[in-house]
Order: sequence, then structure tokens, then C-alpha cells
Amino acid sequence: MNFKSTIGFEVHFELKTKSKIFSPSPVSYGAKPNTETNVIDWGMPGVLPYVNKDVYRLGIMVALATHSHILPTTHFDRKNYYYPDSPKAYQITQFFQPLARDGYVEIEVHGKKKRIGIHEMHIEEDAGKNTHGTNGFSYVDLNRQGVPLLEVVSEPEISDPDEGYAYLEKLRKIVQFTGASDVKMEEGSMRVDTNISIRPAGQKELGTKVEMKNLNSFEHVRKSLAYEEKRQAQVLLSGGRVQISTRRFDEATGKTVLERVKEGDADYRYFPEPDIAPDHISDEWIEEIKSSLPRSAEERYNQYVNEFGLKEYDANVLLQTKESSDFFDKTVAAGADPQLAANWMNTQVNGYLNDNRVELADIKLTPENLAAMIKLIKDGTISSKIAKKVFAETIANGTDPKKYVEDQGMVQLSDTSVLEPMVKEVVDNNPQSVEDFKNGKDRAIGFLVGQIMKQTRGKANPKVINQLLNDELQKR
Amino acid sequence: MEITEETIKHVAGLSRLEIDEKEIGKVTEQMSSIINMADQLSEVDTEGVEETVQVVDRDTVFREDKPEHWETREELMKNVPEQANGFIKVPVIINKDEDE
Repeated sequence: MNFKSTIGFEVHFELKTKSKIFSPSPVSYGAKPNTETNVIDWGMPGVLPYVNKDVYRLGIMVALATHSHILPTTHFDRKNYYYPDSPKAYQITQFFQPLARDGYVEIEVHGKKKRIGIHEMHIEEDAGKNTHGTNGFSYVDLNRQGVPLLEVVSEPEISDPDEGYAYLEKLRKIVQFTGASDVKMEEGSMRVDTNISIRPAGQKELGTKVEMKNLNSFEHVRKSLAYEEKRQAQVLLSGGRVQISTRRFDEATGKTVLERVKEGDADYRYFPEPDIAPDHISDEWIEEIKSSLPRSAEERYNQYVNEFGLKEYDANVLLQTKESSDFFDKTVAAGADPQLAANWMNTQVNGYLNDNRVELADIKLTPENLAAMIKLIKDGTISSKIAKKVFAETIANGTDPKKYVEDQGMVQLSDTSVLEPMVKEVVDNNPQSVEDFKNGKDRAIGFLVGQIMKQTRGKANPKVINQLLNDELQKR
Repeated sequence: MEITEETIKHVAGLSRLEIDEKEIGKVTEQMSSIINMADQLSEVDTEGVEETVQVVDRDTVFREDKPEHWETREELMKNVPEQANGFIKVPVIINKDEDE
């Protein structure tokens, strides 16, 4: 019997704001436990939560980037549950009127394009963080409680694990390039829950759904979905029935393990949040946000490949993060040759970042300085060998490359009136090399170039010396 | 609307309330009369009336994204039954949905 899979996703993104969604508590990582939380976050009697405007702005950015319909009127609701990660005993979310509905993401899998619908997306608050001890106690830090989240709920339109993987990658890239979230799964700024059901081919009615929560990489998502497809098929083929349940992916075995069986939906007793006014989102504001939306990764890719002539691989490396793509764009805008800029970004700059375990934002290199250095290479002022020294100085200390090259006397020697006598002298002093050259040993010329480089301490223009040496040797 | 003992037990469970078996009958009766009094509201004809989600005359009240360090940990933690190294210490509960 053939089965068809139906897969859906709920993805949470932490939105990049400085303060929390309903209170001015700072959003910060690594702060001492329970220092960045206040009476509003705790829901103490008499406090009044106020909505952070930027949470809406960032959410609207993602809604626009996913072609979603933004609701003109929204309001917040309380989702009631008792758990130590929320001292309020409820989460403020948008249940009845979400931020946006009916969007889509376009993916390409197995050479075919497909649109995956986005059912809705809403903004809400995160809960605190529990660390479970081994001594029968848990330790709660409420710094994360109230951090803004955007939850994106897909339509169940994904039909295999590869499509699921592609959907997540595309969604991550879209959100990343709006700048609304850091989208780092390892840091929890992107969290993935998925659900899957299977049904015999030809059957219209969907099968029983199994949920998997908090998967920590896209690869685990793919593997756990693939495992579930097989497991559920075996259950059905042996005459059993799939239970409504939550399962966990076990990294060690690559299998999914039953966590708990769910009978009926959890009873969260949602009701409209009485402390927060309804929000009207004006068309003017949406237009304003639309005009501030950064270029998408797709747009940038097309420019890099079609206009700049970069290789697909190079373009993709630049597009791994918005930061690196932004840096490249600024370098090109400052007058650098795009191909050279891409080469330097993808090899030297990335190498430096990896070696020193830092990020672009942490280093002293500016796009302007990188562009200035590339211009010096391009116009022949410095050789690419010297450029490596200039680069090392500029990236470490933020030194202006042009000034550095002048101060250090690094300007490349291209003047033939200076180089010609040197070439003559070197050829005169090395009759053996002349002999070798005549016997067709091309390596002889390399030796002679080396001699001149030594004399000029690497400043001679290799192209010019090669030409001069060739001319001189032909004469002998 | 009929309020049964089962409803009361379910709602008490959701709210982490313990109700004495002997009290259940009384609580059910009281809750029933409260709910039924509120139910009178459903007799009002609301055909064509927009749903009310807010009774205060406010609309779209936003705050600018400016963080403030209130430095109130010490005061807040006075409300906590037990603490350890700045954390709130609670009995282990692994699954938040398991009882719901």
C-alpha cells in the first residue's frame, strides 16, 4: 500500500527588540538570572502592559516578506496555563485575530517549484527558562519571559521530509533578510515544532497527527519526519492505529520516541486580554514598513550572479548571513570590484572570522577600507602579495589602507626605467639561468623573478618584471 | 448551562486547586448559580453587534522600544517560596501539558 504524508510546521522566531513585548525590561542574553524582569512581566496586581511598537513592526516585515494578508484590527488574548515558567499563569498571545494570515513561501525541491501556504502568524510573549536539576527541583530564570516571539504556522501542504527541510531553509532565509530575528536554532532564536500524518494514497481524509517539538536542527527535522513516515506506515500496515501523541527525536538512535499521548486538545480557556487595547494597523504604516524592507536574499542572489557575474557558490557564501551580504553590498557601493570583493570576503575575511571566532560586527574592518584596498590592487598600486600584509593590518587595527601603503613605502614598483637596469643586472649575474631558459626550462624565469623580488623586498610588479625578463632573455 | 461535579473537578485541576470531596457538591451548586446568573446576558439580542473585546475606550496604544533596568530583583524575589543562586527554586515538573 502506498501512503501520502501531510506535514505542517509551527516555527517560533525571537524578534530582535531591545525591550520586551509588554514591558520595558531589557532583552539581554547572559544576564544574571531574574535581573531583567519586572512587575509587569510577573503580572502583579495593578500593572499595565503596553505593547512594544517594534514587535509589530518586525512582525509586519515578516508578514510582508511572506506575502501575507495583514489584519487591519488585531487584539491580544490570554492563554491560561499553570507552570513555573510564567508567574502570570497565562501567556499573552494573539489567538482570535492574529497579525497576519494567508501568506506563502515558494520552495524548490527535486527541480520542482512549489508554494507552501502560511496559515497565520501571530506575536506573543516567550516564557521563562527552566533548568531541571537532578535533585527533584527545577531552577527558573524569568529573564526570557516576555521576550517577543513571532509564531509562523504553515498550512499542512508539505508532502515529504525534503520539502519540509526546504520550507524551513526558505522561511529562515526570508526572516533573516528582513533583519527581524537572528534565526539561530542553536541559540533558540528559531524553534521548530512539526507535525505529520500519513494516509493511504487515494484517501481524502487526513490521518492521525503526531507532533514533534523543539527539534534542534533542520537535519533532525528531516530525519525525524522520515522515521515517522516509516513508523506510521508500519503501524497501519500491521492493522494498528496511530495515536494522537507527541514524540521526541532521539539523536543517538535516529528514532522518534513516544513522549506522551494526547487525548483531546489542551484546555487553555482563551479570552481577550482585558489590559491591552485592540490595535489598528493602518495602511500608511504598512506602506512605510514596506519601503524600509531590506532586499531579500533572492533579489541579492540574482544581482550577484546576473549583474556582477559571481559564481553561484560565491553568491551563496556571501548570502549565508544578512550581515555578510550587507558588508559586501557596502564594499561594492564604496567602489570595489564585485568579483574581487567577493573573493576577499569569502576567503580572507571569513578566514579571519573563523580563526579568531568573531563576527563581522566585532571586527575593525569597514566596507570602505576593504573597498579602498581592492582599488589599490585593481589599479596596480599594490601587488596581491603586499595586499595580504595591508589586509592583515587593516582588519586588525582598522588602518586606512591607502595611508598605510604610503607610510610603509609599499607602493608597487612598476616603473620600467627603475626595473630595467635591475633586470639586466640579474640576467648578467646568472648565466646558468640564461642557459636553462634557452634549453626550454621555464622555471629559470621564476628563479630570476625571485631574485628581483628579493632586491625590491617584494615591491616589484610581477607582471612588469616577467615582461622585461622575457624581453631581455630573448635578446641574449 | 449545566455545571456538573465533573466540570468543577476539571476546572479545579486546570487551576491547580484542591477541592475537598465533601465540598464539591456545595461548590458545584454555587458555581452553577453564578454561571446561570451570567448566562442571562445571552438573552440579549446581539444580532449584528460587533464583538466587544475591550470595555475601556482606548485604541492602539504602543510603547517605543526603549529598555529600562528597574533593578527590582530583590523585591520581586520576596514573592518566591524558595530561591537558589538567583533562580526561583520549584519542584521538578517536566511536561507542562501533561495534566491538561
